[in-house]
Amino acid sequence: MRVHKYGDHVDTDVIIPARYLASQDEKELASHCMEDIDKDFHAKVKAGDVIVAGLNFGCGSSREHAPLAIKASGIKCVIAKSFARIFYRNAINIGLAILECPEAAENIQDNDELEINFDTGLIVDKTQNRNFQAEPFPEFIKKMIEDGGLMKSLRAKKA
Amino acid sequence: MAMTMTQKILAGHADLDEVHAGQLIQAKLDLVLGNDITTPVAINEFNAAGFEKIFDKSRVVFVMDHFTPNKDIKSATQCKQCRLFAKKFGLENFFDVGTMGIEHALLPEQGLVAPGDAVIGADSHTCTYGALGAFSTGVGSTDMGAAMAVGYTWFKVPAAIKVNVSGHKRKYVSGKDVILTLIGITGVDGALYKSLEFSGDGLKELTMADRLTISNMAIEAGAKNGIFPVDDITKEYLNGRLKRKYEAFYPDDDAEYERVINLNLDEIDCTVAFPHLPENARPAKSPENKNIRIDQIVIGSCTNGKIEDMQAAAEIFKSSGRKLADGVRGIVIPATQSVYRECIKRGYTEIFLDAGCVVSTPTCGPCLGGHMGCLAAGERCVSTTNRNFVGRMGHVDSEVYLASPAVAAASGIAGHIAHPEEVM
Repeated sequence: MRVHKYGDHVDTDVIIPARYLASQDEKELASHCMEDIDKDFHAKVKAGDVIVAGLNFGCGSSREHAPLAIKASGIKCVIAKSFARIFYRNAINIGLAILECPEAAENIQDNDELEINFDTGLIVDKTQNRNFQAEPFPEFIKKMIEDGGLMKSLRAKKA
Repeated sequence: MAMTMTQKILAGHADLDEVHAGQLIQAKLDLVLGNDITTPVAINEFNAAGFEKIFDKSRVVFVMDHFTPNKDIKSATQCKQCRLFAKKFGLENFFDVGTMGIEHALLPEQGLVAPGDAVIGADSHTCTYGALGAFSTGVGSTDMGAAMAVGYTWFKVPAAIKVNVSGHKRKYVSGKDVILTLIGITGVDGALYKSLEFSGDGLKELTMADRLTISNMAIEAGAKNGIFPVDDITKEYLNGRLKRKYEAFYPDDDAEYERVINLNLDEIDCTVAFPHLPENARPAKSPENKNIRIDQIVIGSCTNGKIEDMQAAAEIFKSSGRKLADGVRGIVIPATQSVYRECIKRGYTEIFLDAGCVVSTPTCGPCLGGHMGCLAAGERCVSTTNRNFVGRMGHVDSEVYLASPAVAAASGIAGHIAHPEEVM
């Protein structure tokens, strides 16, 4: 899991600019993900990578296209010092793992290799040989993310 | 246990006698809102989950306002999807081109929101209705899709920040200057997850238009909601609009606030938020602002597209007797059909046209770089909208300066960022 690192207040307008919101196609959204802040993101991101950022990640619009674009890019988890509240809710609802961990967000560097244990919240930075402890999700949210989001989880419950 | 306004509303909607900050609750909803960008995703989720009914056809509201009148085939397809769904389920409040306005200007105007309501909308500026004493907050499309079906959702009960307003409003100062000043104090995440609760003697100075603008931008401080107590100003606004009974909620005297911010209106002058965050609040009156040449002004949006906003801008053009400076493009967008009509009746439209502006049908268009006024690289815009993030209104190398309608009009006349006094 390789790290793509960004600063504070990464907003939904740079995660997925509104000019692409006439589409609901995840692949198309992913192809423009982060392009206004990091135009090479789409070319360099690989399935299983991680975004690490500062304060208030995902601030701004309520567009669910933002976590969708990140997830469809192959990003496995976003680690930040804090998240904007609508983004936080949306990410869980669509099944994108997010971890609030100021210490990890401060110290992990761009291109570091990570390993994350979602059961325990342990983040291992293999490049720096350092561990960080995030609060793990409660069981029902972990289940929701595993099922692929709120609606899929509701369906799984029904079945 | 002492509760804030927000906590009382949430407790009532959760059928609980009391709630406390941090508590997870399931709350009934009075209104579920979506627009032409967020609703299609909600409909897909609704369908994929196998729902066959909506909880109440009078309480699910769709407003086609973002990319309308449709800017391209994709946005037309999204509106068509919403239109077909609204028809299939008999939605009583589906607002299409011809009846639509910018959602957060339209719903209060139409009397669809009452004090004490709990409202969610798949649009971050849904927090606007706190001006009416309602709890309202933005969510994503999946939350909207589920709420359309079941009529309730989960919330974490927020802690609160009290904003104590005192003093008297100065000439040319409006709600926009107040909220930009406040965000300058809190920062864009200073109220993260919390409610902003307004109080104090100074509230009587704030018109309903001021309050709607202030609550609208609570999200730019990170807040979950921003709420005003119901008073005579609220009641006068609701009179003749609201067709149902409501209950107003007031905070307990000993309600708990994590922080108290004092805002003295005497000390607030016209304010501009510089790129690229709404927290970069600076005085409109500053010698250096003369060096900030601008290419465009936009007067409109859910934040500042009301008739009072049109009036403030029109009065600057009229009383200065001046037009837009050479090379400045002026885009005026009344937020609803009735604001549009009123602008014609009162002669504002003619004033805007005489000044060299264009006057558009309601749309969110330029605020989010959608259409009707996108910016090229290197261009600057003074805009009455709510966000000045990188690339918000177009090219990543363009710049957005947030201001009130009076400041936007004055800046358009001056050709640079200007306080209204400078063009009189």
